[in-house]
Amino acid sequence: MKANRAASGQSGEACAASPRRIVPHAIYRRLGDRVFGALVLVLGSSIALLTVAMGLVLYRQGGAPIVRDGFFGFLFQTTWNPVTGEHGAWPFVVGTLITSFGALSIAFLPAIAVGIFSAEYAPRRVAAAINYLVDLLAAVPSVVIGIWGIFVFAPWMRDTFYMPAFYWARESAAWLLPVLGTPTSYNILTATLLLALMITPYTVALTRDAVRMVPREQREAAQALGSTHWEMIRMSVLPYARGGIVAGVVLSLARALGETMVVAMLIGNSNRLPYTLFGPAANMPSVIANEFREAVEPTHVTALMAVGFYLFLITFAVNLIAAYIQKRLNVGGRIL
Amino acid sequence: MMSLAAVQSVPTNNVAVRGGASSGQPVVQEQTAGTPAHGAHPRLETRALSVRYGGGAVGVADITMPVHANRVTALIGPSGCGKTTYLRALNRMHDLTPGAHVSGQVLLDGEDIYGPGVDPIVVRRRIGMVFQKPSPFPTMSIYDNVVAGLKLVGVRKRSVLDGVAERSLRQAGLWDEVKDRLKTGGRDLSGGQQQRLSIARALAVEPDVLLMDEPTSSLDPKSTGHIEELMVELKKEVTLVIVTHNMQQAARLSDYTAFFYLGALIELGPTSRIFEAPAEERTAEYISGRFG
Repeated sequence: MKANRAASGQSGEACAASPRRIVPHAIYRRLGDRVFGALVLVLGSSIALLTVAMGLVLYRQGGAPIVRDGFFGFLFQTTWNPVTGEHGAWPFVVGTLITSFGALSIAFLPAIAVGIFSAEYAPRRVAAAINYLVDLLAAVPSVVIGIWGIFVFAPWMRDTFYMPAFYWARESAAWLLPVLGTPTSYNILTATLLLALMITPYTVALTRDAVRMVPREQREAAQALGSTHWEMIRMSVLPYARGGIVAGVVLSLARALGETMVVAMLIGNSNRLPYTLFGPAANMPSVIANEFREAVEPTHVTALMAVGFYLFLITFAVNLIAAYIQKRLNVGGRIL
Repeated sequence: MMSLAAVQSVPTNNVAVRGGASSGQPVVQEQTAGTPAHGAHPRLETRALSVRYGGGAVGVADITMPVHANRVTALIGPSGCGKTTYLRALNRMHDLTPGAHVSGQVLLDGEDIYGPGVDPIVVRRRIGMVFQKPSPFPTMSIYDNVVAGLKLVGVRKRSVLDGVAERSLRQAGLWDEVKDRLKTGGRDLSGGQQQRLSIARALAVEPDVLLMDEPTSSLDPKSTGHIEELMVELKKEVTLVIVTHNMQQAARLSDYTAFFYLGALIELGPTSRIFEAPAEERTAEYISGRFG
């Protein structure tokens, strides 16, 4: 539009004979606006509608046990036995809490450190290498990490750490045994460690981007006061980037909550509480992935659907929390 | 700071003519002046200072000029001609720019700040800087912003910090406006107030020299006027170097004016002479608005 106007302005009198060829009639231009606006509206709202519809369908399909036992009754019911028809989500909720918060607490400090290192300290080439590797790690399909976990990582962990730890505990720290449990290859600790590995690239990337977004004048203001590099990071970079960093951590938590393949392959699939560190367990995604094929009883199917519904609610809530934190802590150049 | 300046500003009839012997061009002509105003002692001096950026681009080349104590020196010239590049070389801010390379000397009271063993962090504590965009730390209160530099050097004593905060805010002409809400984040400070807060923060560490990179270009005329008045006050205590695009501003408040063009220093002299009788044709053309 601007170019058209400029062109017609420049050619001026010379082009007076054919102005319509240069500037399309207003009605067409307005039509273009309308068509584009409508398209964007339809596409945008369909995403929102799909999300709502997904939640509704999950509830319709999985609502029976929730209606029968109540919202919290189903949640806190501790027995899940498809054979006897008892379905309680609690073992999987506990498993999900352990795996995702465990993975998050293992991953977030190192990941934030790597993000800050790559954005602030690393020489350009090292930073490029780190970023490449982190992106690569994020791009590895989770089933590949899962198969590596099954054939390499899990046996190695069992032989190198779990068994020695177990023997040591049996000899000299018997009180630890109920926590550790009998070592198996596929257990909640292995699954959590691999989950931590999988969410690390997200936290690193989001931290790095948040740190990079800190405006130059904020850094320079600190440096002009005579701050060292670390003082500058503490004084101006981290306060400015904290919204992005915390939101990144929460988004990584959302990813840990929903990540299925690796956990389903490595967690060992046992819904018997209490879980032990070296013993098998299950969580919400893994029970859905592992049981949907065998679920022939309608009650079993609806119970799995209900677990899915709860998982949907949890991840939805976590994402909302991330958005809220980002908005709340975002300083955007204003003085808070 | 004040006493130091007073001791050193012994009137001299120092005629600093640096003809740019190496380049063969008339680079600096500084007029003799017997008047006290022009007899100030150079607090800061650059010798053959050049800044190159990665890829071979030259920021500024071979700048030799003095910056007199307790005077305002204005750097003028068209955009992209090296004023800011030069200014940032004066407190080693280029150290932080990947690929930037500085050669030549910057003498602060006779000592080369690029010399071996000189810590850039110490340099920046003596040569403060205020930027174009007001840059208070957004998560800190007004008070914490002002004393941020002092806390860096380990001053924790409440009474000292309180005193410095008040003094700096008074110097920056902001005290009366914020004294009742020092502990609040100044979310509702105006742009001009934020810039004065940035100035107060820079003053709190008692720098010898304050570099200001277009300090008023993002402000409205009223705030600009406020900050200009402030600069005239401040030069009693610190040496000021300002980059400005506003020639009226340079004419109004500076004692010396340096005209930069294409990375070179074309002319330096007392402001009145530069504006009334520039020696260089390009200076004359620029200040009469024929280019730039």
